[in-house]
Amino acid sequence: MNTSINCDLSLNWPSALYDVLKSAGVGHMSYVPDAGHTTLINLLNGDRHVKTNVLTTEEEGVAIATGAWLGGLRSVILMQSSGVGNCINMLSLPVQTRTPLLMLVTMRGEWNEFNPWQVPMGKATQATLEAIGVTVLRAETGEDLIEIVEQAATMAYEADGQIAVLIGQRLLGKKKW
Amino acid sequence: MNTGTIDRREAVAKLLDARDGALVVTGLGSASYDVHAHGDTDDNYYLWGAMGGAALTGLGIAQAQTAKRVMVITGDGEMLMAFGAFATIAVAAPKNLDIIVLDNQHFGETGMQDSHTGMGIDLSEIAKASGFSETRILRHLHQVDQLCKDLPKPANGPRLFVLKIEAKNIPRSLPPRDATYIKTRFRTHLGLAPC
Repeated sequence: MNTSINCDLSLNWPSALYDVLKSAGVGHMSYVPDAGHTTLINLLNGDRHVKTNVLTTEEEGVAIATGAWLGGLRSVILMQSSGVGNCINMLSLPVQTRTPLLMLVTMRGEWNEFNPWQVPMGKATQATLEAIGVTVLRAETGEDLIEIVEQAATMAYEADGQIAVLIGQRLLGKKKW
Repeated sequence: MNTGTIDRREAVAKLLDARDGALVVTGLGSASYDVHAHGDTDDNYYLWGAMGGAALTGLGIAQAQTAKRVMVITGDGEMLMAFGAFATIAVAAPKNLDIIVLDNQHFGETGMQDSHTGMGIDLSEIAKASGFSETRILRHLHQVDQLCKDLPKPANGPRLFVLKIEAKNIPRSLPPRDATYIKTRFRTHLGLAPC
């Protein structure tokens, strides 16, 4: 199923991302919800060929994804930038074992942010991931995001990479209240 | 609170003798040494770090390998660091995941400081309240014999068994520390190709 042809990717990137992940053979997903990930979470939760886990904290997803790969499944983790701070020591597991890891991180605290409490971890997200050894890629437009996740999936699942794709808050838009 | 009396190495040896094809994940520290002491095999996945990750690594394996049983063998301190995992695993509800907690009520690797399980926190009750299909506390070695008979029986969901073991440090039996070697060996055992 391809739901994204001829769509405006600035709005419809979540369904295009779903297609990219399916094409990459992803059969497993874990998440702590973020408003920006709502559509993608719903699509993957609704796919009977994808095993999904809701987490109490993001680091759980890192260990689960490592286990899924050990058992032969390609896993993706969805979280927002604040969750990256919860992952740090657990990331030593995929980094040290050189296990494929693909994290899709929606950014907060960097663009049109109304909540100052989101700013510190938003500022620290990329540096933190890089400090533990995860490769960080950033997307600011829908088109970029699709292209970046396509190649990140290759780098992760076929080249044993540990990759986080940061989805810029400018693309996500201001949180609606 | 009184610590347990079960000899950890004897208990783990019994569980491994009865593993019957189960994939084994071990939490860092003494649980890894106990499993390694019984024999280093391709279907053992040892953690040397990532504290709090053993049960969840086991969950990922269990979800990917639904036809196999997964047995996580870990310590009370390691499981305490994965408190949220009780909820996540219960909600995921795998029928092929068993967690064995070797509970000496201490942080044995770091100087035998008291842990929460010696101060009233009952991991079996937490698992039960979370929705695990079966939980049990074992205080004697003969109860481990019964557990070995029960483990191969079909489960309705994740199970957790707390073994109250003696709090003592015994000679370490060190698994390989090369993380990619253990990963590739484990995956090869399952017929999965390396990168």
